Amino acid sequence: MTLKANDIKVGDTHSEVLVEDLKRTQIVQYAGASGDYNPVHTDEKFVTEVAGYPTVFAHGMLTMGMTGKLLTNYVGDGRLTKYGVRFVNQVWPGDTLTGTVEVAEIRDEDGQKLVDLTVTTVNQDGATVLSGNATARID
Amino acid sequence: MAIDKFAVEASHIMMFARSVGDENPIYHDADYAAGTEAGSIIAPPTFAQASAQFDPDYFLRPKTGKPWFGSGKEATGIKKEKKEGGSSGAAAGGLHAEQHFEYHRHLKPGDVLTGTTFPGKSWEKESKRAGKLKFSETVTEYRDQNGELVITARGVGVVTEKVIGT
Repeated sequence: MTLKANDIKVGDTHSEVLVEDLKRTQIVQYAGASGDYNPVHTDEKFVTEVAGYPTVFAHGMLTMGMTGKLLTNYVGDGRLTKYGVRFVNQVWPGDTLTGTVEVAEIRDEDGQKLVDLTVTTVNQDGATVLSGNATARID
Repeated sequence: MAIDKFAVEASHIMMFARSVGDENPIYHDADYAAGTEAGSIIAPPTFAQASAQFDPDYFLRPKTGKPWFGSGKEATGIKKEKKEGGSSGAAAGGLHAEQHFEYHRHLKPGDVLTGTTFPGKSWEKESKRAGKLKFSETVTEYRDQNGELVITARGVGVVTEKVIGT
């Protein structure tokens, strides 16, 4: 399903729960798939005793990946032309993340309709963990 | 960092999509994907980051016979003098501050990418929570088997003075 310019307006929002009670195993899964084996994400002994963090934490790119699902669910598959984020706060095992996409602008570029979106992901305490923006081709 | 030959494969896309919790069939079901606008399985938006698997020198992957900084018998496999008030972020190679992708087209199985990375800007900032922050930017251009630019990725890394905990 793809997004149609006629069906949306500036200020429209779409939210999804991206993950409930994030498991350490999912972080391990992401490490394996992405190839980022930094032990701060998977190695409790290293991260607490050497790096000095309270426990392991998710790759920023895992949060970006989960937030990407929210975007593609909203705009349709293969429609993104840009997607960029800032990692604002760390994501920890046990976190529940909710992402919200908001329509910032609907415009026309060389005959192609585009939508500019802002995207924000928050944790169960309402703290922003990721903020960014994206652009997609729409019909 | 240079990526010589990043062969985009369907099973890798499936595993990557699973790891981010995305069960969309466009990432694993070729029959379904054939009937969509994309026309085939495509990769999810952040998949280019898995190019790390194809970087022979990637420092966050253990290599056979080489010391690894994660735990085994000891909490770390690398012996190093601990600096007074030193950065833990630095021990882990810093943290990821920003990531941006520009898609000229979306990746699909069968693509073979090369990635060329250029250094970008670097800057510093003071933070109450983490002390001095040192940011540095890298830009990676991914080109396909025909030499066409398919994805431009811009990453920003940060090294913090203090640990950022909960």
